[in-house]
Amino acid sequence: MEKKIAVYICKGCGIEEALDIERLEKEAVPKKVEIRRDHPILCSPEGIDLIRKDIENEGVNTVIIAGCSRRVHYDVFKFPSVVVERVNLREGVVWSHKPQEQEAPAEGEAQQEASAEGGAAQEAQTEGEGTHVDELIQEMAEDYLRMGIAEAEKIELPEPSKDIIDKKIIVLGGGVTGLSAALDVAKAGYEATVIEKAPQVGGFAAKMRKQTPWSYPYESLQSPVVEQIIKEAEAHPKVTIRTGTEVARIAGAPGMFDITFKAPGTRSAWDIPAPLEAAEGAEAPAQPPGADKATPENPANILAKNPDAERFGAVILATGWKPYEPKKEAEQPKKEGGEEPKEEEPNYEHLGYGKFPDVITNVALEKIAAAGTIVRPSDGKPVSSVAFIQCPGQGSDEDFPYASTVTSMVALKQAKYVREDNPDGMAYIFYQHMRTLGQNEYFYKSAQQDEGIFLTKADIVGVSENGGDTLTVEAKDTLLGENIKVSVDMVVLGTGMVPTTKDDPVLNLAYRQGPGFKDLDLFDGYSDSNFICFPYESRRTGIYPAGCVRRSMSIAECRDDAAGAALKAIQCLESAYQGLAVHPRSGDMSFPDFFFQRCTQCKRCTEECAFGALDDDEKGTPLPNPTRCRRCGICMGACPERIIGFSDYNIDSIGSMVKAIVVPEEEGKPRVLVLACENDAYPALDICGLNRLNYSPFIRVIPVRCLGSVNVVWIKDALSKGIDGALLIGCKYGDDYQCHFIKGSELANIRMEKIGEALLSLALEKERVQQVQIAIDEYDKLPGIISDFMATIEEVGPNPFKGF
Amino acid sequence: MTEEHRAEEKKGSILVVGGGISGLTATLEAAEVGYEVFLVEKNAYLGGRVTQLKHYFPKLCPPTCGLEINFRRIKDNPRISFYTLAEVQKVSGNPGNYDVTVKINPRYVNEKCTCCGECEKVCMTDLPDEFNFDMATTKGAYLPHEMAFPMRYVISPKIIGTDDAKRCVEACKYDAIELDMQPKTINLKVGAIIWATGWKPYDASKIDNLGFEYPNVITNMMMERLAAPNGPTRGNILRPSDSKEISKIAFVQCAGSRDENHLPYCSYICCMASLKQATYVREQYPEAKIYIFYIDIRAPGQRYEKFYRKIKEDENIFLIKGKVAEVQEDAATKDITVVAENAVTGERIHETVNIAVLATGMVPNTAETKLPGDVKYDPDGFVVSDLAKGGIFATGCAVKPLDVVSSNQHATGMALRAIQTLVRR
Repeated sequence: MEKKIAVYICKGCGIEEALDIERLEKEAVPKKVEIRRDHPILCSPEGIDLIRKDIENEGVNTVIIAGCSRRVHYDVFKFPSVVVERVNLREGVVWSHKPQEQEAPAEGEAQQEASAEGGAAQEAQTEGEGTHVDELIQEMAEDYLRMGIAEAEKIELPEPSKDIIDKKIIVLGGGVTGLSAALDVAKAGYEATVIEKAPQVGGFAAKMRKQTPWSYPYESLQSPVVEQIIKEAEAHPKVTIRTGTEVARIAGAPGMFDITFKAPGTRSAWDIPAPLEAAEGAEAPAQPPGADKATPENPANILAKNPDAERFGAVILATGWKPYEPKKEAEQPKKEGGEEPKEEEPNYEHLGYGKFPDVITNVALEKIAAAGTIVRPSDGKPVSSVAFIQCPGQGSDEDFPYASTVTSMVALKQAKYVREDNPDGMAYIFYQHMRTLGQNEYFYKSAQQDEGIFLTKADIVGVSENGGDTLTVEAKDTLLGENIKVSVDMVVLGTGMVPTTKDDPVLNLAYRQGPGFKDLDLFDGYSDSNFICFPYESRRTGIYPAGCVRRSMSIAECRDDAAGAALKAIQCLESAYQGLAVHPRSGDMSFPDFFFQRCTQCKRCTEECAFGALDDDEKGTPLPNPTRCRRCGICMGACPERIIGFSDYNIDSIGSMVKAIVVPEEEGKPRVLVLACENDAYPALDICGLNRLNYSPFIRVIPVRCLGSVNVVWIKDALSKGIDGALLIGCKYGDDYQCHFIKGSELANIRMEKIGEALLSLALEKERVQQVQIAIDEYDKLPGIISDFMATIEEVGPNPFKGF
Repeated sequence: MTEEHRAEEKKGSILVVGGGISGLTATLEAAEVGYEVFLVEKNAYLGGRVTQLKHYFPKLCPPTCGLEINFRRIKDNPRISFYTLAEVQKVSGNPGNYDVTVKINPRYVNEKCTCCGECEKVCMTDLPDEFNFDMATTKGAYLPHEMAFPMRYVISPKIIGTDDAKRCVEACKYDAIELDMQPKTINLKVGAIIWATGWKPYDASKIDNLGFEYPNVITNMMMERLAAPNGPTRGNILRPSDSKEISKIAFVQCAGSRDENHLPYCSYICCMASLKQATYVREQYPEAKIYIFYIDIRAPGQRYEKFYRKIKEDENIFLIKGKVAEVQEDAATKDITVVAENAVTGERIHETVNIAVLATGMVPNTAETKLPGDVKYDPDGFVVSDLAKGGIFATGCAVKPLDVVSSNQHATGMALRAIQTLVRR
């Protein structure tokens, strides 16, 4: 479509006072742009009308609005089927740059500090005459307008990709979470299939005697809800349940997952990860047609398509947990000689687990209790006293691994079983911290009021045999102010719930990046999200974890979580159907386009995508999966051949902005390119403007989707045209990363370290390119960061390429 | 339906009441499935309680980061309509078919506001700043906070009819101030309602023995504001009485919570909040001594446990199991003495500190103000949803004390349950 560009300059909000509008228009708007207007208040109904009329009468299809930041008045400057480019003159220029002759008002310390840190900019200003500063601000505005026009010329409105989308949802795991999720999916009008490894559904919830309370007054045990859920799921016409089934491979992408099932424990030719060698005494499985033979060097072809696979649109991962099994005493590693154990397994020798048959886990007790009266494993006799050990002790207040609030609640529940079974029975709960959060406190209180339940904080010294047929639990640092010993029939350890994804990919994805979720060690193997605000954000689009595979939860919490995952699965399908991205760029229709003729098969895009959106063929050519893509542009940043781009965000569009920056040759006018993450750093710069915090007028800011989308060519272009430095401002990385695209800012940092070497070969100083991490609320630090960088640039001196 | 027109209009619409993190999540998640959603918020801005926090635990990341994404999602979604300064007055009807009356209070500032700030400059009235728990003042014309969404000024009803208000009008170049703006009533027809009315901090002045009357005894929410870069002290944690730096600070856990005389339940977040606030103090005062008096440290789950473990490594953070019995002020120095008994050793502790932070708990807003329509409550005032009946739901801290992660999980699930009501019709 031929572009018909029109430029509108708003004079409101102090813009007119700070800038020479006539000159701005003359200097920055190319002659070919015929429609160029200014308006005292462009966001007013009259202003909008002005633009609308040009669209209707003059065929304008690309609108440049020079005024406030694109973060504000988003709704008034919206015109259907028109490219709208916002040039930030307000927050980015006139609000954040005060002409020198005016005195800065003293409005709080931060502001004064910021002004004092004006650095190079301020110094440059003081050298000149009174109008010099205005000149710098004017130049800034002119550059931004040129940059905006340059970008608008290079972008097109995106068209959505139109894939054939299947709206059935598969739920992995037939426990209480999986069944709840399937029912929730079905009740929203979609079809759900539940697969369960075991011969029957219900999971651990079906093996319980009772449940902890989930409604007021939160005092008494409640009958398990699982049976009712099973019945309801089995009866629902939109729910299909398959027991004795597991996943061999999930291939494809959201809306078009092709899933191969198999019987649990068997081998399938479609297994992912491919079995690398045959099990002892078994034949190596036949590989699928077209697949490479599986060897350690060459795992089975992930691209081979199983014609018999079943198609689903989205996946809910509800495979739950496995009981934490403390190391038994017999298994304790021998200290003399032999190999050191690989992982440091906690040692609970003092608790006698494995040595004394009546020291059992809470899971073992639940099974006994569900079968009838609680009896001892050693002799089958009913118990009259049970000790519950929540924390292994020995000087630490940490509970057993993978324990959580659930283990506190379970101990209270099982103490009540002891009392149910034997009115004279005694339960002793030794804890460091009772974790009965929220209204669960009422349940705790009800146990405290039971004279047969004795609760104390305690550091467990050990469990020993009593000579007779009882066990002695010895504890110190108790609330009684003394060390105590109790004699009990049974000891129950409050062991935790290990997520099924800890040691097993479970999903078995035929993805180039591997079969499971990535980097789960951040969450000790739980399939959790790193985002507080967005708990369903997984790194595999269309696959949503729920229940105890994500975090230890009570049954009530699992059911709520299941509903959330069901919503996200449905939402993903509906978005994919319309060709829209899901979170965080929800609704974005753009997706990356590849110019394959120039691909050198370097695989960087495939490897660096945080969402595993790309597979590649045997040559290494990337195979995009648009419905897996989150549109961050990390692939675009990664590509050394610069063949990846979006219709509205590409190498050329940003490159043209860089090229549009005018680089003066005169001294005292350095230029620095700032590439700022649009999610955090760019808003923070806006807030600087709002608070009138001043920063150097020598910077030119370009917002980017993610620092990960920054291609080094932009920086090379900038430096080779004489721009003195480039500063990348993005999100914090590391274990607590704040990057909405997981790895973007971290990858950018790696790339910038490498660019340093390239700069040295150009005889340019490494210091000219820097990346800083900033959180959105640290806007007050930005003026200082910018002036520090300007000082560095001043130190290394002007770019020798200036004027070339 | 042709391939070109895939944007199916989903039938039915949802009302979400409360624009805090739970309400925002419910709104966005339902709207991004394709449903029309109306969001009603009583404050002048969206974001609710979390906008007052400096950081979330355990990541120590600012809430504004996620809010910025959520606000962008709202901007980009044509199916969401939101109303600030609005409250639901009347609800009638049945699941799938409700008539709702919403009253929109005047902001006295229209959509022409450019946030230029000229009205604030000329306004001479200082008003207590509720956003900062009265630790600062605002002008009668103000922006609720700098990340406020919508980014638009508010004129306080308190200056209406004064010369100050007239001055504001004169200063505004954009005709954005309308002093005669009247309350408006709108009627909405929706199929389902989600109450996400949130919580407020327990009133610390009701706890007689913890000394909230002393200037250097503050609540945990006040601590958030003191530590926040956009707070009254620009993020500097200083003693309220004399703005001096501190060397010792105490956190008093369960200030009201787990107490029959106040809140019998546990408020879920206060242990983690105090551990988090210990990091605020540590960042500014590498040597400060930090005392945390607790009954149990409730770090729910592996991830929070890890955070707790990290805090324990700090040799100058002292975790003392013992409920605080008394808080005293030294009249001369204004220092605070916290009196507690160590539950394990039995030792009586008198710890003198510069600031004591009361870890006050959560009270559902519905404890005092009941909602219109067919809504049930438990005796603590939390809303009880009738999932079998459908139609009306509650989420977040209107239902139970929760952290942000769990609130968002819950809200996402409730968005689906609301959709189920619409589908069932």
